[in-house]
Amino acid sequence: MSTTRTIIDGNEATAYMAHKINEVCAIYPITPSSNMGEWADQWSSEGRTNIWGTIPDVVELQSEGGASGAVHGALQAGALTTTFTASQGLLLMIPNMHKIAGELTSTVFHVAARSVASQALSIFGDHSDVMATRTTGFALLASCSVQEAMDMALIAQAATLATRVPFVHFFDGFRTSHEVSTVEVIPDEQIRAMMNDEQVLAHRARGLSPERPVVRGTAQNPDVFFQGRETVNSYYLNAPDLVQGVMDQFADVVGRKYKLFDYFGAPDAERIVMLMASGAETAHETVEFLQAQGEKVGVIKVRLYRPFSEKHLLQAIPKTVKAIAVLDRTKEPGANGEPLYKDVVTALAQAAADGTLSTAGMPRIIGGRFGLSSKEFNPGMVKGVLDELKKEQPKNHFTIGIHDDVTHTSLDFDSNFNTEPDEVVRAMFYGLGSDGTVGANKNSIKIIGTETDNFAQGYFVYDSKKAGAQTISHLRFGPAPIHSTYLIQSANFVACHQFVFLLKIDVLKNARAGAVFLLNSPYGTDETWDRIPRPVQEEMIEKNLKFYVIDAYKVAKEAGMGGRVNTIMQTCFFAISGVLPRDEAIEKIKGAIRKTYGRKGEEIVKMNFNAVEQSLANLHEVPLPDRASGTLEMPPAVPPEAPEFVQRVTAEIMARRGDELPVSALPVDGTYPSATTQWERRNISLYVPVWDEDLCIQCGNCSLVCPHAVIRAKKYDAAALTDAPATFKSVPYKGKAVSEGTRYTIQCSPEDCTGCGLCVEVCPAKSKEQAGRKALNMAPKENRFDAECENWAFFKELPDVDRQSLNLAQIKDVQFTRPLFEFSGACAGCGETPYIKMLSQLFGDRAMVANATGCSSIYGGNLPTTPWSCDANGRGPAWSNSLFEDNAEFGFGFRLTVDKHRKYAEELVEKMKDRIGAALADELIHAEQKTEADIAAQRERVAEMKKKIQGLESPEAQQLVSVADQLVKRSIWLLGGDGWAYDIGYGGLDHVLASGRNVNTLVLDTEVYSNTGGQASKATPRAAVAKFAAGGKPTGKKDLGMLAMCYGNIYVAKISIGANPRHALRAFLEAEAYDGPSLIIAYSHCIAHGINLQNGLEQQKRAVQCGYWPLFTYNPDLAKAGKNPLTLTSKDPSIPLKDYAYNEIRYKMLTHSKPKEAEHLIKLAQSDVDSRWAMYKKWAAESQPESLDTKGA
Amino acid sequence: MNLKTEYMGLSLKNPLVPSASPLSETVDGIRRMQDAGAAAIVMFSIFEEQIQHDEKALDHLLSAGSESFPEAMSYFPDLGEYQVGPNQYIQLIGEAVQAVDIPIIGSLNGVSHEGWIDYAKQIEQAGAKGIELNAYYIPTDPTLNGEQVETMYIDVLKAVKKAVRIPVAIKLSPFFSAMANMATRLDAAGADALVLFNRFYQPDFDLDHLEVVPNLDLSTSAEMRLPLLWIAVLCGKINASMAATTGVHTGEDIAKYLLAGADAVMTTSALLQHGVGHIATLLNELMAWMESKEYESVEQMKGAMSQQSVANPAAFERANYIKALEEYKTQYDA
Repeated sequence: MSTTRTIIDGNEATAYMAHKINEVCAIYPITPSSNMGEWADQWSSEGRTNIWGTIPDVVELQSEGGASGAVHGALQAGALTTTFTASQGLLLMIPNMHKIAGELTSTVFHVAARSVASQALSIFGDHSDVMATRTTGFALLASCSVQEAMDMALIAQAATLATRVPFVHFFDGFRTSHEVSTVEVIPDEQIRAMMNDEQVLAHRARGLSPERPVVRGTAQNPDVFFQGRETVNSYYLNAPDLVQGVMDQFADVVGRKYKLFDYFGAPDAERIVMLMASGAETAHETVEFLQAQGEKVGVIKVRLYRPFSEKHLLQAIPKTVKAIAVLDRTKEPGANGEPLYKDVVTALAQAAADGTLSTAGMPRIIGGRFGLSSKEFNPGMVKGVLDELKKEQPKNHFTIGIHDDVTHTSLDFDSNFNTEPDEVVRAMFYGLGSDGTVGANKNSIKIIGTETDNFAQGYFVYDSKKAGAQTISHLRFGPAPIHSTYLIQSANFVACHQFVFLLKIDVLKNARAGAVFLLNSPYGTDETWDRIPRPVQEEMIEKNLKFYVIDAYKVAKEAGMGGRVNTIMQTCFFAISGVLPRDEAIEKIKGAIRKTYGRKGEEIVKMNFNAVEQSLANLHEVPLPDRASGTLEMPPAVPPEAPEFVQRVTAEIMARRGDELPVSALPVDGTYPSATTQWERRNISLYVPVWDEDLCIQCGNCSLVCPHAVIRAKKYDAAALTDAPATFKSVPYKGKAVSEGTRYTIQCSPEDCTGCGLCVEVCPAKSKEQAGRKALNMAPKENRFDAECENWAFFKELPDVDRQSLNLAQIKDVQFTRPLFEFSGACAGCGETPYIKMLSQLFGDRAMVANATGCSSIYGGNLPTTPWSCDANGRGPAWSNSLFEDNAEFGFGFRLTVDKHRKYAEELVEKMKDRIGAALADELIHAEQKTEADIAAQRERVAEMKKKIQGLESPEAQQLVSVADQLVKRSIWLLGGDGWAYDIGYGGLDHVLASGRNVNTLVLDTEVYSNTGGQASKATPRAAVAKFAAGGKPTGKKDLGMLAMCYGNIYVAKISIGANPRHALRAFLEAEAYDGPSLIIAYSHCIAHGINLQNGLEQQKRAVQCGYWPLFTYNPDLAKAGKNPLTLTSKDPSIPLKDYAYNEIRYKMLTHSKPKEAEHLIKLAQSDVDSRWAMYKKWAAESQPESLDTKGA
Repeated sequence: MNLKTEYMGLSLKNPLVPSASPLSETVDGIRRMQDAGAAAIVMFSIFEEQIQHDEKALDHLLSAGSESFPEAMSYFPDLGEYQVGPNQYIQLIGEAVQAVDIPIIGSLNGVSHEGWIDYAKQIEQAGAKGIELNAYYIPTDPTLNGEQVETMYIDVLKAVKKAVRIPVAIKLSPFFSAMANMATRLDAAGADALVLFNRFYQPDFDLDHLEVVPNLDLSTSAEMRLPLLWIAVLCGKINASMAATTGVHTGEDIAKYLLAGADAVMTTSALLQHGVGHIATLLNELMAWMESKEYESVEQMKGAMSQQSVANPAAFERANYIKALEEYKTQYDA
């Protein structure tokens, strides 16, 4: 076993090398490349040096555009500079890439290739981003595996210095970036041997210096630009040979051999495939398998795609080849073939014309698409493509891996074709994110991969929920390097860490005959069998599985580990999988536990050790009966009353059968129905709030703060209770001027509740007899589940309260408005969603929402379902996500259209006054639309007008019908997080706010990039730890509100729903009422703060009490009335910042790692708070100076 | 005037020892107490439960939500080693030992056998000259009888004594049915000192929010009667030395405890109230009193008014109680 062998993922492998051979890294987070920047930042903060002995400077920018600018600048000043990015991030770098290449500047951009958003965003892997950079002049070098990611990172760097051509080094997002695998680490001396210091010095010498000044970046005219462009040709022509030279040198120094076009397979192959990156590994495995069966097949792995070397390509193609399939992991709609295919066709056609073809004749070449957005690409698909090449008329422009029943591009393939070698252990684990399954599996891989001679591989599949997320781990172990870059198809070990999965997904689908099946069951060995659904029982018997059961919850509970069953299930895996001798395995698990948890404290180690011991004692083999005896069937994914689309499409995605959906099942333009989370009913909590109707004071706070809109209130006439279920709770409604017999109910949706407990925390009604008991109390769901489901169904059918009868300035009344944002997949106890829900309740039926990419766009719009909903009239928020950086402008565009169409509608109304009626026309144009009643009246007017003009044939009438709805006032909302508003989107936000147009902005300020895992933004406060600010953020939080207030005509509010819900509500109403731009900055507690989210509201109070988060509104309308526009609502700070901050791990962890620095920073942070508070207070206390306007009045 | 005393096998320059308090949370605080005249420092207590809680909280919150969402494998950077558990405490002891000349006594409150032993060993290794076991146990379990509770104390003491070489003191609550017997059992089990008494955590009620809240008031001189009684009773009957704690606010309070038989006198509340400089005031007041009564040394004072020494030993028993009541009457009825 080599001492340099380790287990890492593609991101770490790449970052390891990049950090060794660069001086400056300019970074910005974007999935799936963020981890590369995180590693580099962490290593630099730990003081790790590059091979020249200096610590690389790692700097976060405000966007990828910014990062590329900084890279360009650093390069021009002569530093070895890199960046890490993907997808849209890479696209934002394109302008600079043209410049960098045009200036023949050596650099490597490391890219975890990811889909570019089109009909939808996707975080997963394909080459659409990389292919978009083809015209920049960057070289494109692909890695196929985690090992290659490290190797090519070095080769790219050596090559860029040798050729002066800048490089994109890319590998597949997730499949390679996130696959953990056995890697031989290249030692420093070999890296040194690969780096030519002369070239490094030459690169530096080309940097700008006032000691030897030059200008670079001139503007050129038609006379010379063209010729100037052609000056670089020789560099591109020489590059392929130079890159091959570097690869040859690498083979000498390191031992692994690569070619620009690497051929594997039969020397006399007749059919070959060509492709780039991870898919090539699967093709390689398949080709070897088929070759062993006598098939004349081969694969060319394209490593250097740009500059494209026809010479090297022709050399790689065996003379015997008759047919070639070129596979592209991208799509160019409208093109006559994807890029690699066209390049290959061109190369061979040219060679044929030139007479330089090495093959007997011109081979048949077909091209096709595969693997978009990490679509599975397995040996069956490779075989499908190779089989296609046998045909007389093979299909060109094909797709593989999907079923295209519309344009019939797809090739058939055998989904049962299996090439997995027998000596490889293939283990699959179904778990929850929160039970620690993935972490434990990564641990197992480390143990087996580093402490035995086995090679190891781990790949993890997640869903897109932040609470209750399912995970599937695919682990392989074997005596030889593992090249299977696809999901396990035939597992010899399957573990199901959550019993409920047996009712939802086909856990045993990939279990091979005779496989081991380990089940975590709360029912004990005797009862478990009967609890398993019948189809699963049948599958177990048919496949003759070896069945083991453990009650891991019980063991975890007794060991003090709560719901984290990870260590227990890991121990069971080692005990029964036979990968290692049992005792040795247990010792190694303990060693790993000490390594993983030791630095977090001895207690955690002891707790886990205890769990290991107890696991073995509680693990039992259960013999299978001869036949299935169960009575349970797998329930349908959605109830039968769900709409047709949900049944046909959404439900399939929910049941993890989305891969089987044909093209025809999906909308052509990315348009999906809203209000679909209601059908998902995820049942992720074991506890629900139970209402004590006698204690309840009917304040509405619980429904206000519920992040998931599962707890709701209605008031209704007693007559509605006629058919109420027996356990349905109802009390007389308390309120002023309540009509006789009005009843009130608070009802929780038991299947949608996440158990966050915020409703209980906020409930102010306490029992006088029993301290601690409130009007809402969490209780186990088990005993009341059926009854509460029935109650919820009944509750939903009760009519919504008429909005016109409500005073929406009162929280008590807001509870009766229907949330049009419900049951999202946000974290249980999310601090953002209560604000979004409030927005949807107040303005949802006439709102258009532009949502910046981030947490809110993911829980708001990630398939399968969307929480954006509609009311009984079918009205609800119209929602869309454009990009991360452009959201303000995107929403501003909504406003432009709305204003234009409204204006146009008014013009048409004016023109058609006679047909419409003068009075109605006048009202349509001039009626006030301030209250709910005003809006309702206007809607009626519009309906009346439509009735009058609907049948008319005149073009004007038709035009008016199409824009008539715009006469009802629309509410435009720009929604996003602090990463958008403070950083990447700030330029646009600033511009849109300054425009004076009526848009409302809601900034969900979690003070970090939450969605990508907690990287620092300019909203991150001083002294808090975040990624990219691992030593505690040394600078203070940007005061976004203050910047906006400086304009004078922007409504600004800083709110906190936990500290002052009434103030928050008022801010929403004022922002919407203000006829101009508005900005609401909402404190959003977050999992990335390191708090128990159940305490989120309490923590919000502390943030306000200590003065850190002053609540204020700045209303320009007040200034117009001669008053001070700034109203400071919070009181003088009453607690020190520490009392707030040190309840959160983001602050506290620094006291555990660098106590002195923590002390220093918290003092500075306190003085930030003090001075800012003093400033706000002074400003708020000033009376408004008389302006010129008011003087004359 | 000779203020020297022997306490738990340590030679102290005077009998005044600041007991566990936030003042010993920094090296600077410890140094200032030495400079003001403290003869030794009992460190603030390390609570095993708190450590367990902190470690679990750190682990839980750092890993919450991790490895479950594809865009965010974690939410925090990896800061490498965390100073959790007893590490920071042990490090502070190490630094304090380097920074001052007076003995540093570690203080420990455990809940498990392992906890007591592990942490005691670490305290010893860090250079502490002694360990004070802050035996702080509220027997709320109605199935536990007095004998069982007493045995728990004895067992813990024996275990720690076995694990370390430095002297071990045990700080007790007064709530034993047979305090004197308990003291002799601890003495026999090897206690180097008894610290009398622990002020129990007695929670308060918050009437505004109807919640049970922790509350700790600073002590007053009036509270020193109970320890005074028992020190006087135990003086001369056990081999272990004794420290008095609770209610020391003046030099005269110190004098009383010494006369009862204490080898060291501890104070916290007065220092929290008046600042570290108050140590010097207390010592000056003690010396002034000794001078006025013509005492030449602390040794001379120790136990002078213990039960064994006073002319009427019964004065410490029920008779004393009756006498107090009589005096009370005559004083105010006259």
